[in-house]
Amino acid sequence: MKFVSEFRRSELAEGLISQIHRKSRTPARFMEFCGGHTVTIFRYGIRQVLPRTLDMVSGPGCPICVTANADLDKAIALSQIPEVIIATFGDMLKVPGSRSSLQEVKADGADVHTVYSTMDALRMAEENPTKSVVFLGIGFETTAPTIAASILQAEEKGIGNYYVLSMHKLCPPVLRAILDSGEVKLHGLICPGHVSAIIGSHPWEFIARDYGIPCVVSGFEPLDILQCVDMLVDQIENGESRVEIAYRRGVHPEGNQQALRLMEQVFEPCPTQWRGIGEVPDSGLKLRKKYQHFDAELAFDIDPGPAYEPVGCICGDILRGVKTPADCQLFGKACTPEHPVGPCMVSSEGSCSAYYLYGGGFEG
Amino acid sequence: MCLAIPALIKVIEDKEAEAEIGGITRRISLWLTPEARVGDYVLVHTGYAINILDEEEAAETLSLLEEIAGLAEEEG
Amino acid sequence: MEEVLKDKILLAHGSGGKLAHELVEKSFVKAFSNPFLAKLDDSAVIDISGRLAFTTDSYVVSPIFFPGGDIGKLAVFGTVNDLAMSGARPLYLSLSFIIEEGLPQDELNQIVNSVQKAAQEAGVEIVTGDTKVVNRGSADKLFINTAGVGIIPDGVDISGSNARPGDKVLLSGTIGDHGIAVLSQREGLRFSTKLESDCAPLNSLVAEMLNASPNIHCLRDPTRGGLATSLNELAKQSKASIRIEEEKIPVREEVLAACEMLGFDPLYVANEGKLVAIVPLEDADRVLKAIRGNKYGQDAAIIGEVRAEHPGRVAMKTCLGASRIVDMLVGDLLPRIC
Repeated sequence: MKFVSEFRRSELAEGLISQIHRKSRTPARFMEFCGGHTVTIFRYGIRQVLPRTLDMVSGPGCPICVTANADLDKAIALSQIPEVIIATFGDMLKVPGSRSSLQEVKADGADVHTVYSTMDALRMAEENPTKSVVFLGIGFETTAPTIAASILQAEEKGIGNYYVLSMHKLCPPVLRAILDSGEVKLHGLICPGHVSAIIGSHPWEFIARDYGIPCVVSGFEPLDILQCVDMLVDQIENGESRVEIAYRRGVHPEGNQQALRLMEQVFEPCPTQWRGIGEVPDSGLKLRKKYQHFDAELAFDIDPGPAYEPVGCICGDILRGVKTPADCQLFGKACTPEHPVGPCMVSSEGSCSAYYLYGGGFEG
Repeated sequence: MCLAIPALIKVIEDKEAEAEIGGITRRISLWLTPEARVGDYVLVHTGYAINILDEEEAAETLSLLEEIAGLAEEEG
Repeated sequence: MEEVLKDKILLAHGSGGKLAHELVEKSFVKAFSNPFLAKLDDSAVIDISGRLAFTTDSYVVSPIFFPGGDIGKLAVFGTVNDLAMSGARPLYLSLSFIIEEGLPQDELNQIVNSVQKAAQEAGVEIVTGDTKVVNRGSADKLFINTAGVGIIPDGVDISGSNARPGDKVLLSGTIGDHGIAVLSQREGLRFSTKLESDCAPLNSLVAEMLNASPNIHCLRDPTRGGLATSLNELAKQSKASIRIEEEKIPVREEVLAACEMLGFDPLYVANEGKLVAIVPLEDADRVLKAIRGNKYGQDAAIIGEVRAEHPGRVAMKTCLGASRIVDMLVGDLLPRIC
């Protein structure tokens, strides 16, 4: 498959791996912010092939994992309204809220549909004029522009029964919050590839400049991650800290201007709750006044009930890179993919899920 | 996060396109990449093209990786 | 009015009265013509002896028509394959239809035709059956339940617990075809593909494999839960570990593309015309040749081996040479954005 299989060639991986081993002298800890990178790293066993000088830690770049319980409770409350059809990305279905999950309310009769795209949700709205389709807007800057586009399309076509519950989040502000907290010492950042395809590489410059941490924007194939690690090692061994793009086929420094324009037209930043991290200023997106008639929270009267975190769940610490799944008392016992307690285990790219599903493999 | 996959644009109709990924075809939206043309490879995330892939950059990256692999062979 | 009504299956068709008899005689008996059904007795009376393999299955696939097949074809081949996985020669099937009121007669006829064709290809007879019609909403168009019997030849001992360290793991062809073909029709995912379900009867393939080597230790058809789930089951039953290599597993480009798009791992996607065989090292090449000689096994490959360490676990060597655990499928495969 073009642009994919070439970046999985094992003979090229070997070259990169030996180069990294040769160059890396200084012990360093890298964080991969993005959940998609976490999956690639675990799925291909990348940690196993890196030298002992390098340590990897996963960050909170999993939009499912960082969705606050209170937000999920709102979605569940909306699902209880008879005329509402909930349209959601599959990722959200199994995440436990304070009392229930979308999968559970669906089994109880709520109208919950998994979709691949907002295009499908819009079609659902057109085909069900007597119902209200509420789309659960999760995701970072990669996804938010697509939701913005769906709202503009709904406006263009006069679709009056399409709503969005915006739970979108922005990456740079939360990275600043994590670095400011000083909880985890990082020497390099593997920057999210597709978020950067939208926002470009300039928004990461404050990390290199203000915190002295090298940043490299990486793609999602195993060769991409290895190339990124190689570039980070280079910077560290040369005492540099700047922002580089390894994923040059997919990311321009300026990002995607059209996507940014659409996002800006429909949304504005607002403070928002990140599960396990707390409130981070200007890190969320809410619908601008002009588009408020698409806002599900304003259109429907809901009482989601009090938000409640499960006892013993340390997803928050894991999301901030302070603890690993192995440190969690519930991991593998009370909390497994079949019976998840926290979102890190449910989401296919949560650290706990990756750790549990892919493990360390065995030697030989 | 942000599963996005490279797809080849075959047909464009207004702001949408038929895109092919490894033999399967899917209708996608070009709202975020209005400058895309038939024959372009785009990154598709949840049914929307989020960027046009740069084939030259891809080729350059692969060349670079091949060079590194070649060097490694010489040393090893 | 009567004519129009008769185009759809009604509750009356399942009630045992005249309409029901008409349905059974005109649709089922006619299609599956064999001496057992023609008798129209309450049970089929069969005279066979030997070690019997006996299986049952229910088919609830949605949509009932999918690229490459339908629920009828699936029901026959699925049952035949379960028997074949014990090394049995499948002989007789029972077929029960639970029909949702309102199912168009045409669709039922199409399914019945499929069943008949499939039974013919697999060399089995449908000897007894049942029909029930339920209220709208109580069944998703059509559910089919089957039972099947077959005879296991002397000397054949195939079981999930027979895998031994040193054995080789063989896969008869590409994975994920069925699951992706069915998914392509699902609401909310719509993509078009030339991909078809791999739905196929594996009994003649198994017979040829046994000719090549009577020492086959395990056979399993990786249906729901995919290859990963079947391998885990075998590893647990045999109290051994299985180690496979990613680069050796055959996957069609379209399956890979759909999986990449939706965020699935082909290892977990359902198959309906493939098998996994665990055979002693010395017989592996011979059995592989036999599989490749059959029309349903052309893409067969040796994908791994059985080890003693870490019993019950399955691990895979990735393209980077590193190793990762392959667990069973948990819950449903759901498309994701992340």
